[in-house]
Amino acid sequence: MSGELRFTGRLWVLSREGDLVDDIDTDMIYHNNYLAVTDRKEMARYALGNLQGYEDFAERAQEGDMVLAGENFGSGSSRQHAVDCFLALGVRAIVARSFGAIYKRNAINSALPVVEAPEIPADLFEHLEEVDLDLETGEISAGDRSHYASPMSGVALEIYQAGGLFQYAATL
Amino acid sequence: MGRTMIEKILAAHGGGDPSPGDIVWVGIDNRTARDFAGASVVANLEAHGGDSPVADPKRTFFTFDCNVPANTIPYAENQQRIRRFARDQGVRVYDIDAGIGSHVLIEERLARPGTTTVGTDSHLNIMGSVGAFGQGMGDTDIAFAMNTGKVWFQVPPSARVNLTGLPSEDAEAKDVALALLGRFSHHELLGRSVELSGPWLDRTTVADCITVASQATEMGAVISLIPPNDNVLEYFGMEREDAVYPDRDASYEADYELDIDGLEPQIAVPYSPNNVRPVSEVAGKRVDTVFIGSCTNGTYQDLEYAARLLRGRRVADHVTLKVVPATRSVWNRLLSEGQIKDLFSAGAIVSNAGCGGCASGQIGMTGEGEVQISTSNRNFRGKQGSGETYLAGIGTAAASAVLGRIASVSQLEGGTR
Repeated sequence: MSGELRFTGRLWVLSREGDLVDDIDTDMIYHNNYLAVTDRKEMARYALGNLQGYEDFAERAQEGDMVLAGENFGSGSSRQHAVDCFLALGVRAIVARSFGAIYKRNAINSALPVVEAPEIPADLFEHLEEVDLDLETGEISAGDRSHYASPMSGVALEIYQAGGLFQYAATL
Repeated sequence: MGRTMIEKILAAHGGGDPSPGDIVWVGIDNRTARDFAGASVVANLEAHGGDSPVADPKRTFFTFDCNVPANTIPYAENQQRIRRFARDQGVRVYDIDAGIGSHVLIEERLARPGTTTVGTDSHLNIMGSVGAFGQGMGDTDIAFAMNTGKVWFQVPPSARVNLTGLPSEDAEAKDVALALLGRFSHHELLGRSVELSGPWLDRTTVADCITVASQATEMGAVISLIPPNDNVLEYFGMEREDAVYPDRDASYEADYELDIDGLEPQIAVPYSPNNVRPVSEVAGKRVDTVFIGSCTNGTYQDLEYAARLLRGRRVADHVTLKVVPATRSVWNRLLSEGQIKDLFSAGAIVSNAGCGGCASGQIGMTGEGEVQISTSNRNFRGKQGSGETYLAGIGTAAASAVLGRIASVSQLEGGTR
């Protein structure tokens, strides 16, 4: 599964009052109560556990799901748990209008694709609709609807395809 | 075409000819980890770092500042794990007695104008205060930096903010920082490198630059870079041509102006550093406790000013005052010059150097309903306990402690400097 550039899966549209949720911080993604956890499997249990309306995400998420959010996803602390909890659930990619800088790095370094879609409309895709995502072109589509996000490129894409930062370094 | 400050620093560290959006490899002068996440960095290095996990021990540092001394057993275990690793690798540990890592790196003149520093502290972009690059990163990145001496980095677009005018006598650097936070919601400058300029910054002190640059993260910015003024150059014993300044024809994605002329003391009300008001709007609210310290306001200049305001006064009966110097050398100077006595006699407890409550340390946490005036940099709901934290400068913190209610320094008799 690692390194694939195109995949299909359900899209979790994280929205509130008709718009994508902005500023989902690392405490909403993975609360600091569980920072001592080191086993990735256990981290899965707490993903989005502190995001109002999505507390049951970890129970309902399926292998291959993707997530769509608004501005500044993953702002806050540098904790790697907030990336690992999605990987543990088999989440394939996070799409957001923008990301917190440290979160974006942590995700790329752990080979979790993060796709920036600054202009994506909140209502283009339905919650839990099956969509296709192409990391190289940035296209997200379902039926006859599609949107072009920023493609993944350069070092970020290479690190993803290698399976992580240290694995990538071994190829240099 | 000319380059912005960040582009010049990246170019000088192996980043080639960087343009916004490019991903470049950047050579890192100072590779650091603190006690938070430091043990995970060590674990990464042991798993992936090979036979010589640390590329250059002389440029690698561990700085303990979050939980000092450890007040939980897991923190004690993590710190000791780091010490063992550092000893084996010949890496220096600034231990539990040293103070805030970012401030220690500046004091030791390791982070100098034009240099690059990374670490696990999300406020490490504070190095922008001295015209240097700094960035907080996760444990994989930092392990990689220690292992190889470099990190990948996406060149951010640059924006300029010119601060026009001079603040009022009662205002200080923190009030300028708060004015910036109030003006820029964290989306407007999100992901940008910001260059700050203006007549006030041209003449101000190193400590003031640190205070202003320390809040880049709360503006959503990658870093707030301040071109080194004469005071900063003198601090580092450098000439202008040794430091990095933007080219005249550099290109910026956006240009802003913020008028700070006559600026009055500001305060950020719960629960966001961007909820900024003039102190006068919330003056009179009863205060339970006051925290003076943090990487934003824990320098000698800050604490000397606090001591001067508190000398011969006492905090109100119902108020507790907590003071945390940023570093051991700040502590030492306050001790030898007598300010520790002034603070103590006014009713303060003075703790050992470090970050205090910002990172679940021992000082600065609150309980339900407790109103705290803090000179630190974040007041998110629940971050430092369930109380209400207001962010303000030294003058407001000291005046509020003495009067027992939110007040600006002008309300203390004979208040200002």
